[in-house]
Amino acid sequence: MSLAKKYPKEVKQILAKYPPEHKRSAVMPLLYLAQREGGYITKEAMQDIADTLEISVTDVGAVVGFYTLYHDKKEGKYRMQVCTDLPCALRGADQFMETLCANLGIKVGETTPDGLITLEAVTCLAACDKAPMFQIQSAEGIEYHEDMTVDKTMELIETLKKANVEVK
Amino acid sequence: MSYVLLRHRDIPDINTLNVYKKNGGFEAFKKVVTKMKPGEVTDTVKASGLRGRGGAGFPTGVKWSFIDNKIWPHYVVANADESEPGTFKDREIMESNPFQFLEGVAIASYAVGANAAYVYLRGEFWQVAKFLDEKIAEMEEAGYLGEKLFGTDYSLHIYTHLGAGAYICGEETAMLESIEGKRGMPRIRPPFPAVYGLYGKPTVVNNVETLTNLPMILANGADWYKNMGTPDSAGVKVFSLSGRIRKPGNYELPFGTTFRQLIYEHGGGVLDGRPVKAIMPAGASSSFIVADEKVLDMQMDYATVRTLGADLGSASVIVIDDTVSIDWIINKTIHFFKHESCGKCTPCREGTYWMMHLIEDIRDDKHSTANVDLLLNVARQMQNKCLCPLGEFSTMAVVTGIERFPQDFKESNKQVLTEPA
Repeated sequence: MSLAKKYPKEVKQILAKYPPEHKRSAVMPLLYLAQREGGYITKEAMQDIADTLEISVTDVGAVVGFYTLYHDKKEGKYRMQVCTDLPCALRGADQFMETLCANLGIKVGETTPDGLITLEAVTCLAACDKAPMFQIQSAEGIEYHEDMTVDKTMELIETLKKANVEVK
Repeated sequence: MSYVLLRHRDIPDINTLNVYKKNGGFEAFKKVVTKMKPGEVTDTVKASGLRGRGGAGFPTGVKWSFIDNKIWPHYVVANADESEPGTFKDREIMESNPFQFLEGVAIASYAVGANAAYVYLRGEFWQVAKFLDEKIAEMEEAGYLGEKLFGTDYSLHIYTHLGAGAYICGEETAMLESIEGKRGMPRIRPPFPAVYGLYGKPTVVNNVETLTNLPMILANGADWYKNMGTPDSAGVKVFSLSGRIRKPGNYELPFGTTFRQLIYEHGGGVLDGRPVKAIMPAGASSSFIVADEKVLDMQMDYATVRTLGADLGSASVIVIDDTVSIDWIINKTIHFFKHESCGKCTPCREGTYWMMHLIEDIRDDKHSTANVDLLLNVARQMQNKCLCPLGEFSTMAVVTGIERFPQDFKESNKQVLTEPA
């Protein structure tokens, strides 16, 4: 189903932000909308956005490929994006990440066998005073988790696991 | 002294419309729209000495005066991309004092004759954007945004636009490309955005902190602002303090505050009581300042920091103690810039790639003189050749790190980062 049919109100609101002769500007917000389905963007969704904005699907694909928060592959339901950049690393983010990998039994970039968590190392998230920290990107959006410990993180993962068993 | 920007620390609930209004909110905007000509607003901001807080430190009023009045419409873009490693001030301002920031956007828009303004937030600020959307809606409801404001002919709409994870979009022309729905790659300048900006129209791009100063400057006058800080660097600055420090965080202080005051009085000193080895005053883009007792007593303002062979930039002060080796630091900064290079210009795309491989070799216990010399050589070759500042920034820590801390690049260096206690 096209985005305009599925989210008529949102699509209209997004298009209203930009001058009608520059509707290509809506490509980024529309991609976020498309990503609500399963946390990644399908070829069909890219074509649909291209048609809506009257640009080529290559133009849409180029945007998906350029920005790190758009994904064109299905991965874990929750992308746990740990900042391991300089200021966080000066406060133990590398060790935090290492322990997290060991606890989850996966390497950076991998997904847990239950398909719930993909662990990623990312660059600065503007929370340098609250390291170690990470954000969780999912179909619902992005959520910050700051001043974290490995124990607190494992508890959070348990909560996510339970919530998902109940949904299933 | 009471806060100018982080006023939420003085006034609880200032992020609600009523409390903001009770504390003088929107009076400056109303005054400029109903009683001042756009040029008078620009003159006041020029006289205040306000300089851009995003890192370049360019005088704000002067930037506005470059706007081309022969071409219309005009746009204002608020740079809320905040992606420099070590910078986390704009996020606090938007989350906690959102109306003062939005009023600043409105004042800038009136000054340059823009009827539409975009707030460009980095994609990770997804929740902040949602929050600002609510605040913008409240302002529309209350008549501070929309058509024919305060009974005049002036109309203004503010929109948020979310990026999606790209440091380069903090560069103003890359940001404009991104709003236009393209990959965030910088444009060749000139023409500058003041002439050819968003959709090819005259555009002013200002940082969040810069804009948040405006309501207070217009309410209290240029002299009030100019009397704070130093002659070269007027006013107050939010210093983002991070690294090996006891109390990391944002500290709003007048320009001219010393490194020692920031690190020891406000930041509580270095972790484990260690000595300060180096300071990066502008995040990952910094040159290293070699810290000693004399340097710690130097003032933090644009001119003084320059005498130390560095730039104050966005004042994201990263503190490095003597347990940290500089080759470890530049390994981090090079990986950052390699990841964030947009790939448009060759010196940056290839340079960051080769610097990454060289520093990995060096870190891989191959601190050979040849590798270190080659790394320095590659960095120097990149300088003054990149299309935008990103490429230049990627070389700052490399060049000054090797030049100012040569002992950390010797083969005998076996230092590894110890976990802070």
